[in-house]
Amino acid sequence: MSFFSINKSFKGGVHPDEHKDLTENSAFELMPYPAEVVLPLSQHIGKPSKVLVKKRDLVKSGQVIAEPDGFISSIIHSPITGKIKDIGKTASVGGRPQEAVTIVAEGEDEVVFMEPLDADSISPEMIIERVKEAGIVGQGGAAFPTYVKLMPPKDKNIECIIINGAECEPYLTRDYRYMVERTQDLIVGIKLIMRALGVKRGIIGIEDNKPEAIKMLKEATSQNSEIKVEVLKTKYPQGAEKMLIKVAVNKEVPPGKLPLDVGVVIQNIRTAISVFDAVVKGEPQITAALTVSGFGIKTPKNLIVRVGTTVQQVLDYCGGTNEDARKVIVGGPMMGVAQYDMSAPIQKATSGLLVLTEPEMKHSQETNCLRCGACVDVCALNLIPKDLAKFSKAGKWDEAEALGVTVCMECGTCSYNCPANIPLVQWIRLGKQRVINIQRSKQNVS
Amino acid sequence: MTDLKQIINTKLELASSPHVHTKLSTERAMQMVILALLPCVLSAVVYFGIYQLLIFLVSIGIAMGTEYAIKRIRNQANTLSDGSALLTGLLLALILPPNFSLVFTGLGAFVSIAIGKEIFGGIGYNIFNPALVGRAFLQAAFPVQMTTWTKTNFNVDAVTSATPLGGFKFDGVAADLSSMFLGNTGGSLGETSALAILIGGIFLIALGIVNWRVPVSMIIGILIFGTLIWLINPEAYMNPLYHLVGGGFLFGAFFMASDWVSSPITAKGMWIFGLGISLIIVIIRVFGGIPEGVMYAILFMNAWVPLINRYTQPTIFGAKK
Repeated sequence: MSFFSINKSFKGGVHPDEHKDLTENSAFELMPYPAEVVLPLSQHIGKPSKVLVKKRDLVKSGQVIAEPDGFISSIIHSPITGKIKDIGKTASVGGRPQEAVTIVAEGEDEVVFMEPLDADSISPEMIIERVKEAGIVGQGGAAFPTYVKLMPPKDKNIECIIINGAECEPYLTRDYRYMVERTQDLIVGIKLIMRALGVKRGIIGIEDNKPEAIKMLKEATSQNSEIKVEVLKTKYPQGAEKMLIKVAVNKEVPPGKLPLDVGVVIQNIRTAISVFDAVVKGEPQITAALTVSGFGIKTPKNLIVRVGTTVQQVLDYCGGTNEDARKVIVGGPMMGVAQYDMSAPIQKATSGLLVLTEPEMKHSQETNCLRCGACVDVCALNLIPKDLAKFSKAGKWDEAEALGVTVCMECGTCSYNCPANIPLVQWIRLGKQRVINIQRSKQNVS
Repeated sequence: MTDLKQIINTKLELASSPHVHTKLSTERAMQMVILALLPCVLSAVVYFGIYQLLIFLVSIGIAMGTEYAIKRIRNQANTLSDGSALLTGLLLALILPPNFSLVFTGLGAFVSIAIGKEIFGGIGYNIFNPALVGRAFLQAAFPVQMTTWTKTNFNVDAVTSATPLGGFKFDGVAADLSSMFLGNTGGSLGETSALAILIGGIFLIALGIVNWRVPVSMIIGILIFGTLIWLINPEAYMNPLYHLVGGGFLFGAFFMASDWVSSPITAKGMWIFGLGISLIIVIIRVFGGIPEGVMYAILFMNAWVPLINRYTQPTIFGAKK
């Protein structure tokens, strides 16, 4: 369907095998909370939060245990009822050891939520305050504190918000499940975000491989002139901010600029659901919703788990892994992070946990670059991946910088499409980081 | 904390994202191109006889042997399994005249691989299309043998075995277009049948192995430039359709110019490349001393590819144009 789709799209992109059928019809399941959770103090972009509890303190579900340190930071709540066992370094899904609070479950689950508020009469300031208190971070993957995004600088004129329902990563069906299971709540959540930002135009972008979600949201918004559903062609990376803005409102975000520079704020589907939960139910962000999938897991599921549940606990809950499992990934197959330590905890913004087998990954032997142009053809940002990778590999940072290495969003489309199987984006990532470091050190000198 | 034993025991892969890959690989691409050339091989055998299979065997054998030997001498990893040497041998055979000397065929295959490819560093590094380098060498070394054409098996009435382009240029005889489309005319082994070429070419475009821009820009180019010349004097110059189906044009468009390594990587570059080739072909065919110019046109444009790539870099998304 997607190849011949007439729906709007961007230039470039690829069509990886979707495999959404593994989980798209499985309703969310609530995973009972484990005997122990590990709660990283940095589950968001920005400074790690400051711990407010000590070892052996008793905490309840929803109780604040860490506060923001600075403007771009986040509150963290205890996801379970129990006793603080330890505060120190633990494994993390990012790969580096990370400061975290370990809590052991003790006694019955006691929940302390905030006071529910009336969604119809709440003021913009109160919405922002509530989003901050609930510790909500962006659910699209980057985990940027949501309340900061609701307070754009005064000089930026925000015209519309786009709700990202593209879910262009293969396998993942979390956002899809929210769209069909909690359609009305989602609309209320979107309205709350629009009121907080003072905008009158909301667009929900959905890829055309989710006809059920499109139908339900179109019905739900038929009486609403401010919120519109935009059907997008199914193509990776349609859910990338720049691509989504281009297709939904035909604007291009210049290199080095943000969506708000072109008057747009983007929020993820689950972020809108979290805003609804925080305002209407008083629920802080103590759960993560994720798709557990891949041919290496016994029973694929869409799960809602308490934040801090470890990868191992989730894998066990889904029946464990198959013999031929070769890779465990937190996130999607295109941008997720491979795991080596299964004691790493699920974080607020974790959207997927995949166990892949050799046949689904389709790796082949790396050969010389054949200059076929397949990477250039699919790069949605019009870069020349083969040259960026070549210069990064050779340590020619100036050349890489001149060709725009820092513009790369690391979506992985080029590596996916390279017939020579060259790790293009992997080299580009290295070059990008080096160039950014060099730029920073130059700024510090001058 | 990190438990090394756990890593070793589970044998998990840890390479960074993306974790999935398209099913296309260098090896598979070469296999598909070889598959796409089979209709042309078939047409060569049907029209020119079973002897032609020997030309294919010698060309492929010497091409692969040369690559193997050079890699051995240079102490480099054997690259025969990627299929590119086999493909070069096959392509060279398809652009040789019927009943061509097997010794010269082998010589051409050696030059294709040694001078056309390995001297630059092997697969991915050559500037020119290796098969065309081999053919250019043979054209220069054995001009008579390279232009000695054979009648096809089904063309018993024909008075001449000349190619349609040669017949027009030197004798003013126009060939029958439908024979040219089917391949029932004089010409190189794989170049006579437009039908066979189109079957393979469209297959490769559908698989995304041949970028459509190269053949399409060449076809548009030849029709535009061919028509312009023709309009000047329809009596003296060829109908543009002859330019299109005559000689090695279609074979060059789908299988030679579109070669990954020696063609541009940018979309705009591919258009310049394709249109440039067609312009040169028309100039050689109309004003040159020889009836055909596809080989020289492609080799000439190959030389410009690095420059074309440099000057057709796309504007980065969102940057000012």
